[in-house]
Amino acid sequence: MKRKLILAAAVVALAACTDKPQTLESGVRATAAGPDSAAFQGTGMPFAAPGWKPGDKVSWEQHLKTRTQNGQNDYTRVN
Amino acid sequence: MARMKFICDSERCIECNGCVTACKNEHEVPWGVNRRRVVTLNDGIPGERSISVACMHCSDAPCMAVCPVNCFYRTDEGVVLHDKDVCIGCGYCSYACPFGAPQFPAAGTFGVRGKMDKCTFCAGGPEAHGSQAEFDKYGRNRLAEGKLPACAEMCSTKALIGGDGDVVADIFRNRVIKRGKGAEAWGWGTAYGSRQAGQPAGGKS
Repeated sequence: MKRKLILAAAVVALAACTDKPQTLESGVRATAAGPDSAAFQGTGMPFAAPGWKPGDKVSWEQHLKTRTQNGQNDYTRVN
Repeated sequence: MARMKFICDSERCIECNGCVTACKNEHEVPWGVNRRRVVTLNDGIPGERSISVACMHCSDAPCMAVCPVNCFYRTDEGVVLHDKDVCIGCGYCSYACPFGAPQFPAAGTFGVRGKMDKCTFCAGGPEAHGSQAEFDKYGRNRLAEGKLPACAEMCSTKALIGGDGDVVADIFRNRVIKRGKGAEAWGWGTAYGSRQAGQPAGGKS
């Protein structure tokens, strides 16, 4: 009985001593560039910026270039 | 496509730490970890300058060279990312990085040093884009959402510019020409210099 109590107490006391699981959950396969899929594929979530088509690399690249110019080059807006 | 690059214009940075806040908020970065920091050079001396520093996603990344478990990889856009499932938290990358980018959260059992965490250029990691697992480990994947890094987009004075290397360089060059000074792009040569070790002479940066 005493042993069971000690065992139960140890289980409760050590319950916090666990790490989060750190395994690759999605199982994304490695590509030539690395173990990741390309960014232009999109996320499939509804938070994407409008103006480009997920999966179309050219439109994604052009969109980012335009976004950089419009958002970060203040000379194009001031002058 | 050209490579993704950061550039910080020390003539414009006002040390507001907006980039640091934007990064921490966007990725829910834990206490004690700063993927981006603002550093003041010659603090208190007339002419002091501030710069925003994070992983510069180097052309020839020293962290990749020294990692004993090969957890780093480079995307097609030149963004240096790492796989936290492979990282063992040894800290070699921290010694190798000229920018002090690698961070080590004390989030493990009994507060032991955890796996390395660093700026991802808002490009997530090897988990599925937009997944909860990716967010938990690496933060938001803004690039896959057609957006640029939150720090650069939130910069109030546009001191920090991030995006396609060609466009970023054009913006900075135009500024320098217009104002006639401040051509020193801190860290640019270190991160993207064309004559770095491992690259052929005259090679494209």
